[in-house]
Amino acid sequence: MGIATSDKPFTERIKDAEADKFMRASVAKAQDAQFQKRTEARRQLGHWEGWRDLSAEIRQHVIKHLPDYLEEFSDNVQKNGGHVFFAKDGNEASAFIKQLAIKKNVHHVVKSKSMVTTEIGLDKELLTIPGLSLMETDLAEFILQEDNWDEPTHIVFPTLHKNRNQIQKVFEKLGYDGDNDPEHMARFVRHYLRNYFMQADFGITGCNFAIADNGMINLVTNEGNADISMAIPKTQVVVMGMERIVPSLKEAEVLDNVLCRSAVGQKLTSYCTFSKGKEADEADGPDDFYVVIVDNGRSKMLNTDFEPMLQCIRCGSCLNVCPVYRQVGGKGYGSIYPGPMGEVLSPILGGYQEFKELPYACSLCAACTETCPVKIPLHELIRHHRYVEMDELHLDHSPSNALLKAVGKGTSSPTLFNDAMRFAHIALEPFGKKTTPEDIKNLYPDGKINHLPAIAPKLAHGWVDVRDLAVPPKYHQNFRHWYRHYEEEEEQEND
Amino acid sequence: MISNYIFSIFKEAKCIQLMHACMKVCIFSTCIVDLLYPDVGKATVELLQRFGCETFFPDKQICCGQPTYNSGYDRETITTFKNQLDALLSIDADYIVGPSGSCVAMLHEYKNIFKDDPEYSKKAQILYDKSFELTQFIYRVLGILDCGAELDDTATFHRSCHMTRLLGERTAPIVLLEHVKGLELIPLHNIQLCCGFGGTFSAKEPLLSEAMVDDKANNVLKTKAHILIACEQTCLMNIGGRINRRRDGSHITIMHIAEVLNHNVDTSRITYVKDTDHVMVPANGNGVF
Repeated sequence: MGIATSDKPFTERIKDAEADKFMRASVAKAQDAQFQKRTEARRQLGHWEGWRDLSAEIRQHVIKHLPDYLEEFSDNVQKNGGHVFFAKDGNEASAFIKQLAIKKNVHHVVKSKSMVTTEIGLDKELLTIPGLSLMETDLAEFILQEDNWDEPTHIVFPTLHKNRNQIQKVFEKLGYDGDNDPEHMARFVRHYLRNYFMQADFGITGCNFAIADNGMINLVTNEGNADISMAIPKTQVVVMGMERIVPSLKEAEVLDNVLCRSAVGQKLTSYCTFSKGKEADEADGPDDFYVVIVDNGRSKMLNTDFEPMLQCIRCGSCLNVCPVYRQVGGKGYGSIYPGPMGEVLSPILGGYQEFKELPYACSLCAACTETCPVKIPLHELIRHHRYVEMDELHLDHSPSNALLKAVGKGTSSPTLFNDAMRFAHIALEPFGKKTTPEDIKNLYPDGKINHLPAIAPKLAHGWVDVRDLAVPPKYHQNFRHWYRHYEEEEEQEND
Repeated sequence: MISNYIFSIFKEAKCIQLMHACMKVCIFSTCIVDLLYPDVGKATVELLQRFGCETFFPDKQICCGQPTYNSGYDRETITTFKNQLDALLSIDADYIVGPSGSCVAMLHEYKNIFKDDPEYSKKAQILYDKSFELTQFIYRVLGILDCGAELDDTATFHRSCHMTRLLGERTAPIVLLEHVKGLELIPLHNIQLCCGFGGTFSAKEPLLSEAMVDDKANNVLKTKAHILIACEQTCLMNIGGRINRRRDGSHITIMHIAEVLNHNVDTSRITYVKDTDHVMVPANGNGVF
């Protein structure tokens, strides 16, 4: 189990996603709604750029001193009576948690949404334990679980690809007989899950931020399910990516502020919890408290050009502004981490072979970089993946590779470029058609090309199959000729 | 240095026209204009000369390098960068001005690319200081509000991603368009979304690009404007090219902003900003006089 969500080739996934009209409409609607909410929530805070600077600084500081902060956090968890396990990869983390569940003779596991548990494939691993029941308690993740473990398509809104009717169908299998009103359905799930909570003996949560100087876990949710997952079971396991750490509560306050506003457009989510193991004299909270800190490929980013990606706080706002995500939703990416952050993260965590197409599914429009609350230069990192693929790993052996290298030659030699200008019209004119009054104005003065023979390069087809191309002007009518002529006239006038 | 001194005297005295007359501007044509759209280049030159700038065109310039650099071919592109840098700096101009926010942003990026190269890092810094996108130059450097243009029609403006997000310029084109006589600007819905051009992206990922440009084309057509304007000829090639393929927008005229600002000009209408304080002194002080 990796972070891949599909075995289909990239192009097929894109075609599937684009054929899903409902999904595209719902993603577009969600993006537009989030645009309004996010902008307003950030505006209310004021000095947004200052908050971004501060947040980026906090994250960079932590990443720079990561071993120290991890040690401090781990010491404090243990001081509080908890246990810490450092897992090199997903297998180690899952195996540890599975062994723990077996040792504790656990029967009823409740989980609250966590990307890192999805990343390490924890659910499926735990379900191999005979007699164990596992229940995802986050509403959206619950829907996915009950829909035959459908894959999440957004890191904050996992069921963005489903509409209320589809969700109603999922719930009908569980005995729901109401209408498709979200409130009614949510109430049903609330009752449905209550029983599982009450008998749960093992709770698994993620972690938004781990506080180094007091060993606490900070979680932000809107449903409160994470809080019950922590309060009732006797054993609690927190699974966190190794970079999700902040020095103290002060920094957590800054980051919670930007996280909630960026993720869901709220000042703060309904629940913002700081917790550790059970305090003496208190009734609720776990007797046994474990924190599993997962590397799983993250340390590969340290001290490389990709290090800024470790700043990510998983708010998902880059997905919500991405024009490519808007068209293909989460499924098009084939990774549990979709959108811009996923294009950077997936090839690192899951390998270039599996995800080599992802960095190219981007127009480098930089909307992600602009919105990122911790100032990760996402579009630059996406471009950097292309560099690693082309110049370091040489993954492309197609004719497009040769063609682009030829473009490289052509744009570095004035003689070759001059030849290109000289022959552009002659070479392309045979494919051109005359401009007619039905054509758009001022784009095709010398004719248009709307069809290419099959043998034309794939890249040329890529352009012309979708849009009309202008026939280049005749050599003596191009800009440079005009300029030379214009200058000469000017000089004559001046004389 | 002397030119800087004289420039500051004109600035003090608020003699803005005299300030322009001592500006040497190197034209950065961009390869798209060289290969496909001479009219955009012509409009750029005519505009700059109208405001008194002396223009120069170094023949050895080719391309900013984005097609290959943004496709991941860093090594192949280094020669392209160096050729472009040397070409644009071969003329001792005060400013380098191009009709594309994206290509100018790329010139700015040379500073990061060559940061470890002792020779080219210095050149890249000079290039960074001197290079401006056309409308940015007209508004922020020349201090012009109204270019004197007239265009009696309805138009919508496509805000290009690299111009706004990488170059950080979103005000200049709007201010200048708002001053074009007779031009009615209709807001474009979801103006912040990319049109799906993305350089080689449009050719490498036609499926994705098509879906994106269709969205943009729909929004453009919904405005019912007759003219589509942008500071980026490549975005216009993409949106216009798609509309033309769909055959659902024959009423639309595509205009680069240089063509709009150069349309039906009455020089008596040219207006300058009142406060010349934001008008910049050339970054280098070399040899105008």
